Amino acid sequence: MSNKIRVATTSLAGCFGCHMSFLDIDERIVELIEHIEFDRSPLTDIKHCSNTCDIGLIEGGLCNAENVHVLKEFRENCKIVIAVGACAINGGVPAMRNHFTLTECLEEAYLNGVGVDNPMIPNDVEIPLLLNKVHPIHEVVHVDYYLPGCPPPADAFMKVLTDLLEGKEPSLPKDILHYD
Amino acid sequence: MSDSNNQTITIDGREIPFTAGQTIMDAALEADIYIPHLCHRPGLKPHGSCKLCTVDVDGRSASSCTLPATAGQQISSNTTDLNEVRKTITQMLFVEGNHFCPSCEKTGDCTLQAVAYHLDMLDGHFPQFYPRREVDASHASIIIDRDRCILCALCVRASREVDGKNVFDIAGRGSAAKLIVNAPSGKLVDTDIDRDDLAAHICPVGAIMIKEHGYEVPIGRRTFDLHSVAEPGVEPVILRKGKHTDE
Amino acid sequence: MKPHHGLNTHTNLISNENSDHLYNNHLLHRLHDIQQQLHHIPKQSITDLAEELKLPVSQIEAAIDFYAFFHRSARGRFDIMFSNCTSCGDMTMMQYLCDQLSVMPGETRADGAVSISDASCIGMCDQGPALLINGRTITQLSNQRLDLIAEYIQDSTPLEQWPVEWFEVHDNVRKNGLLLSAPFEPGSGLLAAIKQGAESMLASIDDSGLRGRGGAGFSTGMKWKFCREAVGDAHYVVCNADEGEPGTFKDRILLTSHAHSVFEGMTICGYLIGAQKGYLYLRAEYRYMLPVLQAVLTNRQESNLLGTKILAQQDFNFDIEIIIGAGAYICGEESSLIESMEQKRGVPRVRPPFPVTCGYLGQPTVVNNVETLAAAAHIAVHGSDWFNAHGSDKSAGSKILSISGDCLNPGAYEYAFGVSIQQILDDCGAEDVQAIQVSGPSGTLIGPDEFERKLGFEDLATGGSFMIFGKDCDLLKVIQNFAHFFAHESCGFCTPCRVGTTLLRNGLDKICKGCGTQYDVDEMRRMAALVKRRSHCGLGQTAPNPILDALERFPELFNAKLVHSDYEPHFDLDAALEEARQLTKRDDAEAHL
Repeated sequence: MSNKIRVATTSLAGCFGCHMSFLDIDERIVELIEHIEFDRSPLTDIKHCSNTCDIGLIEGGLCNAENVHVLKEFRENCKIVIAVGACAINGGVPAMRNHFTLTECLEEAYLNGVGVDNPMIPNDVEIPLLLNKVHPIHEVVHVDYYLPGCPPPADAFMKVLTDLLEGKEPSLPKDILHYD
Repeated sequence: MSDSNNQTITIDGREIPFTAGQTIMDAALEADIYIPHLCHRPGLKPHGSCKLCTVDVDGRSASSCTLPATAGQQISSNTTDLNEVRKTITQMLFVEGNHFCPSCEKTGDCTLQAVAYHLDMLDGHFPQFYPRREVDASHASIIIDRDRCILCALCVRASREVDGKNVFDIAGRGSAAKLIVNAPSGKLVDTDIDRDDLAAHICPVGAIMIKEHGYEVPIGRRTFDLHSVAEPGVEPVILRKGKHTDE
Repeated sequence: MKPHHGLNTHTNLISNENSDHLYNNHLLHRLHDIQQQLHHIPKQSITDLAEELKLPVSQIEAAIDFYAFFHRSARGRFDIMFSNCTSCGDMTMMQYLCDQLSVMPGETRADGAVSISDASCIGMCDQGPALLINGRTITQLSNQRLDLIAEYIQDSTPLEQWPVEWFEVHDNVRKNGLLLSAPFEPGSGLLAAIKQGAESMLASIDDSGLRGRGGAGFSTGMKWKFCREAVGDAHYVVCNADEGEPGTFKDRILLTSHAHSVFEGMTICGYLIGAQKGYLYLRAEYRYMLPVLQAVLTNRQESNLLGTKILAQQDFNFDIEIIIGAGAYICGEESSLIESMEQKRGVPRVRPPFPVTCGYLGQPTVVNNVETLAAAAHIAVHGSDWFNAHGSDKSAGSKILSISGDCLNPGAYEYAFGVSIQQILDDCGAEDVQAIQVSGPSGTLIGPDEFERKLGFEDLATGGSFMIFGKDCDLLKVIQNFAHFFAHESCGFCTPCRVGTTLLRNGLDKICKGCGTQYDVDEMRRMAALVKRRSHCGLGQTAPNPILDALERFPELFNAKLVHSDYEPHFDLDAALEEARQLTKRDDAEAHL
């Protein structure tokens, strides 16, 4: 195994926007890849974390049972867990469903909504069950660092990863700190 | 060393003058010293509820927006400890409500958000309360989204003290405290609020908004894209921004 | 009586007129009447009341939602509130009666006959468990009594036909001291004040060393002097009988059996500060006392101890009215109490200015505790030396304690200040004591190694609550109860208290459920420090005391409950899937966490 820092990434109840923004580092990825190696990530299609990951970047909050399993896998296998983006940090847009009960949400989507055919709430065992509320990830596991934004700008990803690679506490300059 | 015409207080080692009747906040603002605050707006009666402007005066904790300045006060404000306290209080405000910045029309012009930036707040830290609060879209040109209300009562005071009306009030208690309007129906449309009232524009967050004016200013040109909340004179800019008259 | 209002709505926002007879028109009293009649406050009543009292609808709505005894949706024809206090409450009994009557706690039965919920301490800690039913107190509950209550409710028997003795409240004075044993001749204090002259009597009160008995201990003489010197259109005397600190009931006894001395203390204060009007702000839980108190007032009016030209003094006019609260602990804070008197939510004011210069209706106002005023009346009669011959250096006189919890003889005990905790424990028959909450949840929690400490402002200050917890008591549960109390009673004005008391409650719940880690304890300690130091008023500044005291003195309580992992979720993961399981009728392995 190489000496590179192993980075795993995932998107839970998110939109992959944070991942897209990460890729906006553009050609800087060539430099970055000299120092890091991607582990479990949609970028590599590796399905599970190796147990030696250094950094886990987690986009999205928790909306279902599978999200919880994935989050726990990251926490168990990554030395550092970073909550990436508004949804991981406070539930974000998916958490706006918390204004309603899960029953109301599912009845609207699958029973009473406009244009619903064959009304029934899906109950296939393959489908992860929804949590009654969407939660940010720090309500379930310890989170080491937070990278806010919707999405965080590519520069913010670079800054945090560069800081960590240099062995420093990550910090965000004010010009790349925003919540939207 | 100070007579009645030349009285001073000292904030973080800087001696500044004040006049009788001024609060610490008044004196600080006049001297271009920023003390974070949310429920205070010059010209309205001080409220002292958000506690962002908490300072230590001769070792005792006090709200600078309500404590009268008295000669010789030694005040700590911009210290690591107090900014940590303020950050925690800001986090408490964030988790208590439903502050989803990406979907809020006020984002970029929001003082809560700007104060949080100023204090380097990265996360809400505490478990979210996710309260269920009502939206009131009954009025033709003004909307109340209580999810974002921080109970600062600026609208309550603006309506009473400037608009000469009594449109808003805070009801209930504890974490169930909520913004209400003065109408038997409980709906904004049935009050005497006008679109041009200060109360319709003073909200520091996105709880009271003028309809049909969301996202008018592109990202990068909004108030707090261009300014820090700590800049002297930014308050009038925020208020104007709310009215969208300077674009 | 017809209300007589000449002010428009807007002026009323700031202050309500000084009506001569507030009682019938006071918003809280009117809302109480509607609540009793209709079992809730319907929209139409709010509109009508706003019209009649010339108050904004929003002010009425704000108040309804603020006070715990008013409801927007219908309560039962029998509306029961069990005290949830550690001393006069018993939540298992509440559940028992709920089961008997097939009603869920907090809900109203479908037929509208009954609703059962809980309430903060109702001041019956020496004769609990206790409840309020349609505002009336029933003490000494047992399952047997609850069975009978259930029967009466099922049969719709009116309360008037229930056994009278159920509603009896006993004084339970176990130890008489300076105040409780001194006979008091109505008028004697006033005569002394008149004879001695206001200035000289004020000096006597000051010399006596009397300090506020509510717990804060501000010098009574100073307070009266400041108020006397303050300029205003009118001066007011307010007796704070909003005895809400869990475990306290000594004012109940003073008002029941020593009302003359309390009212006389108010009248003397009025004489000294130049007030013509006094108010007794009585907590709603003591509404049952109203007839007795009114009778004493009438008697005093008839004896020329109240009214005009009191004791033939040409310029001495003073009257007392009673205002009754509606379930809000915060109204024990003097500026909240004044706000409540002004028909608003009981939110503490910004201080300065203090009530002595800017109080009720913006006028100079003395707010004193019941016991302080009773003591002042006795001092007027017997002189300052009589008083400060008792007690300690900084704590003159005596203190009436409300002793409750794990002891043989709960009740009122009056001691000269300086008495040791151990002495008190010996007197009330408390053995194998694990801890004592001195001065109630907002006070100090101490363990056996501190039982030699003494009561007094120089050591253990107290408002009177003295809750004893025996060795078998689950002390962490007590702390949890207190955390719930403060979160429930926070007025919601300032961020640290409004959000902080809820976070502390949640943190403690997590630990008590066995889901807390050292991280949660550290978080709670940090939040407790912030709430204590940065809150707006005394409620927030004392709310974290039980947690901080327990962390310092009884750390093992927490440690025994902690999970030894780095971090535990803040919500129950599996329970969070329950709703989805119901909706999908799934119960497979993947349907659990």
